[in-house]
Amino acid sequence: MHIAEGFLPLTHCVVWGLASAPFVVHGARSVITQAKENPESKLLLAAAGAFTFMMSAIKLPSVTGSSSHPTGTGAGAILFKPPVMAFMGTVVLVFQALLLAHGGLTTLGANVFSMAIAGPWAGYAVWVALRGARAPMEVSVFFAMATANLVTYVVTSLQLALAYPDPDLLGAFGKFATVFALTQVPLAIMEGIVGVLLFRFLAKVVPPELARRGIIAAPVKDAAHA
Amino acid sequence: MREQNRWITPVLVALLVILFAMPFALAPRPTSPDEEAFGGTDAAVTTMLEQDGTEPWFDPIFEPGSGEIESGLFGLQAALGAGVLGYALGNLRGRKVERETVASEHNRT
Repeated sequence: MHIAEGFLPLTHCVVWGLASAPFVVHGARSVITQAKENPESKLLLAAAGAFTFMMSAIKLPSVTGSSSHPTGTGAGAILFKPPVMAFMGTVVLVFQALLLAHGGLTTLGANVFSMAIAGPWAGYAVWVALRGARAPMEVSVFFAMATANLVTYVVTSLQLALAYPDPDLLGAFGKFATVFALTQVPLAIMEGIVGVLLFRFLAKVVPPELARRGIIAAPVKDAAHA
Repeated sequence: MREQNRWITPVLVALLVILFAMPFALAPRPTSPDEEAFGGTDAAVTTMLEQDGTEPWFDPIFEPGSGEIESGLFGLQAALGAGVLGYALGNLRGRKVERETVASEHNRT
């Protein structure tokens, strides 16, 4: 989903940058308030940030014969709501743009919009819908995280199509989406599974924190165990 | 707390390994010798744009000199993430154990 440095026309860079900026600022504020809540919350924030840092560095092979990487943004969106991921995703993308020549500073706004804003919000929407339908936590986590991953690439395809509508917008979108989408499906499934593992662990270790966020049902008092 | 099924985690891990291994058996081989197997999709799109005559108007400020160094830096990013993730999760687990110890001692007295 990283649009390479210098590959978007200047106006597109500026517009995507302006579109993303308020989300990132709002996200940074949200990180600060949530970190102050309690020590568990701070550790969970660190986990969410570290998760996306780790996941987005791992290039995985796909059945199409090309490789791509997960985004890891769904977990934080479920735990802390999407704004937090706008900030954390931006940190990841800046790191990759500066040190790895992956993505870029001129395309940062566009890449932030797809990976750190659109993906997390789409994943969160799926999460809310499935929870509303009383789906089990694991099922909801799986689809939310896979969606956050896939939608990121759909938005990237759309961004590229808007910049290079050749032959037309829809045709260009189809062209870019075919490069990304098929490769991405197995990776989205893998990301969903990793997410389920993560949330199962969290449900075991910090049930009160997850219950407070409405992720699992309120736990029976810990004292009942003793 | 919820009753957790013991076999779910191992099954999920096995599924991950299968999904990771599958492409090596199923993916189409590169058609020409210059084509790299499992090239990145990001790079594929960049190549597509270049073939259509798009010229990048800005170059990365720093470029890792070779593919080896680049994968090393990606490895570093994953390691940093995994390190912090492990620290946070381990810390959360330790806090739970401590809470339970305190609670059981409290119950005994």
